[in-house]
Formats: sequence, C-alpha cells, structure tokens
Amino acid sequence: METYTLIILLLAATLRVATPLLLAALGGMFSERAGVIDLGLEGKLLGAAFASAAVSAVTGSAWLGLGAGILTAVGLALIIGFACITHRGNQVVAGMAITLMVGGLGPTLGLAWFNLGGQTPQLDGAGQRFTALVWPWAQTAREHPWPGLLYAELLSGQNLLVYVAALLVPVSGWILAQTRFGLRLRAVGENPHAVETAGISVTWLRYRALMISGVLCGVAGTYLATAASAGFVRDMTAGKGYLALAALIFGQWRPWPTLGACLLFAFTDALATRCQGVALPLVGVMPVQFILALPYALTVVLLAGLAGKTLAPRALGIPYAKDK
Amino acid sequence: MLAFVSPALRAAGDFLPAIVFDFGGKFDRSFNQSASEGAERFKKETGVAYREFEITNAAQREQAMAQLAKRGATIIVAVGFTQASAVEKVAKQFPQVKFTIVDAVVDLPNVQSVNFREQESSYLCGMAAALASKTGKVGFVGGMDIPLIRKFALGYLEGARRVNPQVEVFQNMTGTTPAAWGDPTKGAELARSQFGRGADVVFHAAGATGLGVMQAAKDLGKLSIGCDSNQNYLQPGSVLTSAVKRVDVAVYTAFKSAREGKWRAGPIVLGLAEQGVDYALDEHNRSVMSAKMAEALNAAKSDIISGKLKVAEYRTP
Repeated sequence: METYTLIILLLAATLRVATPLLLAALGGMFSERAGVIDLGLEGKLLGAAFASAAVSAVTGSAWLGLGAGILTAVGLALIIGFACITHRGNQVVAGMAITLMVGGLGPTLGLAWFNLGGQTPQLDGAGQRFTALVWPWAQTAREHPWPGLLYAELLSGQNLLVYVAALLVPVSGWILAQTRFGLRLRAVGENPHAVETAGISVTWLRYRALMISGVLCGVAGTYLATAASAGFVRDMTAGKGYLALAALIFGQWRPWPTLGACLLFAFTDALATRCQGVALPLVGVMPVQFILALPYALTVVLLAGLAGKTLAPRALGIPYAKDK
Repeated sequence: MLAFVSPALRAAGDFLPAIVFDFGGKFDRSFNQSASEGAERFKKETGVAYREFEITNAAQREQAMAQLAKRGATIIVAVGFTQASAVEKVAKQFPQVKFTIVDAVVDLPNVQSVNFREQESSYLCGMAAALASKTGKVGFVGGMDIPLIRKFALGYLEGARRVNPQVEVFQNMTGTTPAAWGDPTKGAELARSQFGRGADVVFHAAGATGLGVMQAAKDLGKLSIGCDSNQNYLQPGSVLTSAVKRVDVAVYTAFKSAREGKWRAGPIVLGLAEQGVDYALDEHNRSVMSAKMAEALNAAKSDIISGKLKVAEYRTP
C-alpha cells in the first residue's frame, strides 16, 4: 500500500515537472520540423515567465498574464525569425542571443517596474495564479485508494495548463501528420526548394512555425511563473528550455516519443527528489550530489545511445535562400 | 596596486560604507534582504549613504570589491560564505580598508568574520515543528548542500527529537551550486514530495528557493517555517515561525562601529544569547503558534542561553 501511494505521488510529481518541458518541446518541434533550430526556447520561456508574472501581478488576472506571456514569446520568436529567416542569420547564434538578452532584460525591467531586485511581486491574490482544479468527488475517492487515489492525485488536482499540455500532444500529432499546413511544414524542413517550386512561400511557413513555437513557449513560461510558483525570479527556468530541446531530439522530433522523453526526464527528476536521504536497498544512503546528477547523467547516456540514429529534419539549421 | 588608492579620493573623515550582496539578490525576502535592511537602518539613522553591489555571476565578486575599495570605501561588508575567497584576496590588496564577512571566516588583520549559531534557532524551530505536527513527520529543505545548511538541518533535527524522539525528519537539498538559492519551482516540488510522504511542517533554509516551499505549504494547507528574515508575513497563517538570523544587526553594527572607530578585526559569533538568532512570533503567526508552544520554546531558549542545554554544531566530516 505504501509503495502504491509512493508511486502515485511520484507520477503526480512527474506530471507537474513534465508539463513545461512538454510545452516547450512541442513548440520546438514545430520550429525544427520547419527547419529552424530552436535554441531560443530557454529565452522564450524566461521571457514569458517574466511577462506573465508581471502582468498578473499588476492586473490581478492570470488569464491576462497568460496572454502577455504568449505575446512576449511570440514577439521573441519573431525577432529570431527576422534574423534567421528574413536575413538568413545563423540560427544557433540568434537563439543564444535571445536567451542571453532575456536573461538580463527580464530582471532589469522587473527592477525598474517593481523595485524588488528583478523579481516580480508575489502572486497571492485570488485569480492571479492557475491553481489546481479539483474534480468532483476527488475527496471521497481518496477513501478508496485503489483506484481512488489514482483519480484524486493524478487526474484531478492538476492545474488547467497541465491538461492543455496533455491535449496538445495528439493535436500537434494530428496537425503535423494530417493537415495540409502540417505536411507543408514538414516539407519545408526537409526540402524547402521543392516547397518553393510548388508555389508556397518558405518564408511565411517558417514564420508561422516560429509563431506556434512562441505560443507554446508562452504557455510553458506562464506555467512556471503563475502555476508552479508564484512570481518571477531571476533565471527561474533553470535550463528547462535546453532540457526540452534534449527531449525533442531524444523524441526524434515526433510528438508521442517527445512526450515519452519529457515524462522520462521528469520522472528521473521526481525520483531524484525522493531518493535524497532515503536508504536504498544494497547501497544505503546515496550522497546528495550523486542523486542530483542522476537526471543529467541519464540524459547523456540516453542521447549517447541514440548517436548516429537521429532523424533530424534534413534542412534543419540551413538558412533558405531562394536563388540557390 | 596600492598606487591606485589615492588618498585624495577620500577626504579625511569621509566615511564611505559599502556592501556586496550574494546570489539571490537583496530582495530575496530572506538572507540578503535582511542584510539590506541593516544597511538601510544605518543610512536612516546616520544619513550616511552606502554603496552596494549585487552579484549576478561569481566572477564579479572580486572585481566589485576591488572597485569599491579603489573608489574609497572605508568598510566593505561581504554578505555570504561564497565571498570568502574574494574577501581574502582583496583584503590583502587593500590592507587599510576594513572588511566584514558574514557566514565565513577569513583570518586577516583587516577582516572581521561574523558567524551565527544557526543551530540554536533551528533547534527552536525543530521543536516548534514537532509540537505542531500531527503526523509526527516534519521536513527540511536546504538550498545549496554546504556545511552551513547542514548546521541548520542538524539543529532542526535535534530540536524535533527533543519534543518527539520518534519524529521522522525528511531532509532534501536543492542542489550543489549557487543556483540552488534561486529555484522556487524546485523548492515547491521538494516540499510537495515531503508533504506527500506525510510531513505537515517543512522548514526551509534555501533563500529564494524557500519562497516556493512556503507557497507549496500554503497551496496544500500545510505549515512552513521561514528562514533568515522574519518571513511570517509572506503567507500569514501558514507560516509556523521563522528562524531569524539577524544579518541586519551584523551589517548595522559593522557600519556603525566602523564609523565610531570601534570596529575590531577577528571572529564574532552571535547566538541566542547575543540576540543574533531567534525564532519569530508576531501577529502573522499567532493563529498557528499556540501560547503553550511559545512557552516551551521560550523555556528551551533560556536553557540554551544559560548553557544548561547544549545544541550540537555540525562539523564537516
């Protein structure tokens, strides 16, 4: 029984940790399937986190915060697009530049607006955050742990953005595989010249892909600042954008495997949290440093195991020039 | 090097204090903020302005201190143990400038090292946690895994055990780099994991990461214990108490004594007896901290002050 409860709680933590990773990774998927490397994920997450926390703090509405987060991330994505699509700049450099710029800009604006050393005020008013939605009978269900706890802890009690993220996996799968837009988007990442020959604008397609990435990063950043925590703190994304990119590559640029990768990363993270200070069979209590390094070590091992097998979009990272 | 420090920069009697904050920034509502409040109090009382610097990456420390010293600072207060090596280096370069470091020891003729007996306030918080806990399980979330934070953890454990020898104490560290002081998402996740295992009071010693811990406690209807600053006001009714560490007093005293010429180099250790650490009781936590609890804590407090009760100090293995 105890093990069962432990597993349920582990899985619930996995969902919470995986949500921002998944949203960002799906955003990156649209961008990369269209042939644009999305190293700006981290920057877009951070920018959205800041904007959503700031707007929510000022207006008192998490929804307006979400809107601001999305607008900011889309704006940043358009800057990357302007540099990489219109001017054919280096995509890696543009993404890194955005990330570095936001890392400094957020706290600076925050300092100027709120005078709290780059943080935003704590969000504690009603409606300022996306809080857990409790489904009907969740409390009653707890009394019958099997399968009540599953229902109460996993299905119920998550916030809205978690459900949105889960829903987006089949939706993006459908868009990429079934719709005309999705097919063209994938084509532009494999062979943009062929797409142009068919009379479709490569530029406009790639811009749209980047904007979708912006929207999803906006939701992810909002999740971090207004659902998972209550306000913006300097560098609060803590590398989640890069981890999402790793999950995307590990997931071979496909929605369902990417979901699996995000869940795996999140699960190791949740597991690491719970293994700290717990005596494990055979080995006893592990040093904290070892436990904390575990998710990253696993990432390296998993990605190394995939070496040579990656199925990256063929035109990924190559700026498109019409006349070549 | 000394040629840079032109005496002309500093007219005789011109007193110029400076402070260098640590990671987390001066508005972390915790450790650094407390330091900032001390400096502000000095400014308000004396009308003497101070210079300040907030660290955003490790490489800036030495540069910032050297810069402040060159520009004529009389005394530089460095807040936080991570500044020790920078203070050691810069203090040697500027032997006529006074340095005060908080939370570390630097053995130089122009450095004052202020440390706290955090184990004493943590002990009281451990008692409070065990007294308030209904499940007999309490938690601790530390920031960066360093001896200082282990000191908090050990004091907390001892205090909890005194009240309830069977108490189960969960202990988590956020990370092993300074980034562990500024990750509230991770803090919330760690706290949730401890609440999930049955804890109903969690104590944090994790700077801005702790804000996430306190938020999680509030969201789940549990109790948290604040750290360094009095954080009872952050989530009123959900914060049991705070392990207050008077960094503000250390900063204020350093500035004030330097101005009055009473500043002395060497180690200073502040505990309950010196009112350097304490637990916090105010209008924000009276609803969760009963009079009986406060009574027990005060009794233990006077025992510690009188020396009747010894709290073990964490030693690096």
